[in-house]
Amino acid sequence: MLKMTHLSKVYRTEVVETYALRDFSIHVREGEFVAVTGPSGSGKTTFLTIAGLLEEFTGGAYQLDGVDVQGMNDDARSRLRNEKIGFIFQAFNLIPDLSVAENVEVPLRYRGFSAAERRRRIQQSLERVGLTARQRHYPAELSGGQQQRAAIARALAGTPRLLLADEPTGNLDTQMARGVLELLEELHRDGATIVMVTHDPELAIRAQREVHIVDGQVVDVATEPRLVSGMARVQNV
Amino acid sequence: MFNYYFGLALRSLRRNPVLTLLMVVTIGVGIGASMTTLTVFRAMDADPMPHKSQQLYVPQIDNWGPSEHTMESVDKLEDQLSYIDVVALMRAHVAPHQVAAYATLFALTPANREMKPFKAEGRATFTDFFSMFEVPFQYGGPWGAAEDESHTPVVVINQELNKKLFGGANSVGRNINLDDHDYRIIGVMAAWNPMPRFYDLTNENFAKTAQVFLPFNVAIERQMDSWGNTNCTHRNDGGWQGLLESNCVWIQFWVELPTSMAAHRYRVWLNNYAAEQQHSGRFHWPARTRLRNLREWLTYEHVVSDETRILVLVSFSFLLVCILNAMGLMLAKFMGRAADIGVRRALGASRSAILAQCLIEAGVVGIAGGLLGVLLTVLGLWALRGVLSEQILELTHLDPAGVGIALLLATVATIIAGLYPTWRAAHVQPAWQLKAQ
Repeated sequence: MLKMTHLSKVYRTEVVETYALRDFSIHVREGEFVAVTGPSGSGKTTFLTIAGLLEEFTGGAYQLDGVDVQGMNDDARSRLRNEKIGFIFQAFNLIPDLSVAENVEVPLRYRGFSAAERRRRIQQSLERVGLTARQRHYPAELSGGQQQRAAIARALAGTPRLLLADEPTGNLDTQMARGVLELLEELHRDGATIVMVTHDPELAIRAQREVHIVDGQVVDVATEPRLVSGMARVQNV
Repeated sequence: MFNYYFGLALRSLRRNPVLTLLMVVTIGVGIGASMTTLTVFRAMDADPMPHKSQQLYVPQIDNWGPSEHTMESVDKLEDQLSYIDVVALMRAHVAPHQVAAYATLFALTPANREMKPFKAEGRATFTDFFSMFEVPFQYGGPWGAAEDESHTPVVVINQELNKKLFGGANSVGRNINLDDHDYRIIGVMAAWNPMPRFYDLTNENFAKTAQVFLPFNVAIERQMDSWGNTNCTHRNDGGWQGLLESNCVWIQFWVELPTSMAAHRYRVWLNNYAAEQQHSGRFHWPARTRLRNLREWLTYEHVVSDETRILVLVSFSFLLVCILNAMGLMLAKFMGRAADIGVRRALGASRSAILAQCLIEAGVVGIAGGLLGVLLTVLGLWALRGVLSEQILELTHLDPAGVGIALLLATVATIIAGLYPTWRAAHVQPAWQLKAQ
């Protein structure tokens, strides 16, 4: 599903070159739930933005769902991102002057779905996250947990092949975080491929596999499947 | 997607009403100022005969020599001809249609004794005047070449005078008394008041048309003085006959030449005529002539003054300043939404989609600014009432074309103003925006 091989990302200024990722290789298979961990500044978010086709890489190769993304123009990258990837952000990133339903509709608009198809998918996604009753509400009228659920509904609406989550519970209190995590686990059980970036080892342990990054390089890969379901773990998040 | 982007634009504009109002007012004021001057300019610069202006020509002959001139034009040629040259040109009849004319003034004594005599503006001319300038008739028609030749005392009067003297009834066949001579009315013109009054720009450019038209030869025979400009190099002490034999210029002359080849031939002939005058000893300088079509003539005669042109330039410079201000405001607005744009990019919006969304928003601001600009233009034209002459004021009104120009100008100006902010918005790095959240 997601395969990066010897990938590098360099930020250059006139005086200095900074490697955000260096000789970075990762392979996420379909249906996997992978946690990418590491300290602040290790390159987690850079990995996520490159994986999400929001940023170009400097060297190496990247295949998304079998498609080599190198050299793609902006239109092609945008189309691929829209079709294949769903984003879940730490800060939810809902558009404030759109209602919940309209936020969920955004990626569907860019996909070019008909109005009827958009309505069907919006309802389906909101039902999935339990926000049907809140569809006309605006983000500011929702709790943090509800906002993240709305963001997840938006990520799911286009039925993407890959969900990319960046610290999805980072802005939530314990109880709301538990709800969101349970939702992600449920999605995974239903077959979704999820890559979650987090600096929290307690959160990472709930994934199938953990990839640890330090200074832009993968230093440790815990390959043992270790999905733990249950409330006890969530209490520690 | 247009409807979607349009809806988003309206929401975005409502979200920050003060900034939106500022942008609309900036564009509106710029459009109002530029459209006010442009409306005046368009009225003054209008082609009075757009379908025929390439066929109507004014010949000019240098009959004074290089050291004498009254015209402050590029070639220092007089804009009228002497009687000697008019007679020669008329007799040569090189152009299929040609007309000489001059303004005169009569004392008109109405048949109705209850009405007091009054002064009436007249124009002495030839029959071709009416066909060349497509004068419409309410009753009757123009006199013919026969009346020109036989010096028949007939007149064509305008609609306004016919209404004043005969209550608007068909007065063809009736007489009017001008300077103690009776003239038979042969035709009554329908409303005709070309602006600028292109056929005689020697007095006021935007004056009304004459009330009475009579055959040129009759006017000459009856020694009717010119009521227009008469320019001479030497004082004329020879009375009427002296004027006719002098090099004084006081008669307008027009020819109709249907093709550019005909115009070329006439130009060659005119120069040959002037060369003949040199050879015969009348002119002591090389032949110098010009032949200008109607549009060229309006420019040559400065129908639109340099001050008006400068005013238009200044007002459009002001519009440019307004556009730059609007650009700054739009840049602030779009960059303020960089986070939203980043999210949209993450959700699959391409750069072109963001471009389209922002440009439609700029277009909405432009249309609103254009509507405000139309309102301000109406106010601006109203404010000019104290400055412009009555004739120009009659012409300067904001017609549907003007409204269209205002809206188009506002929309195009705002879209141009929005290009850079839109480009910046479309190139927002979504990764940076999302990291910064």
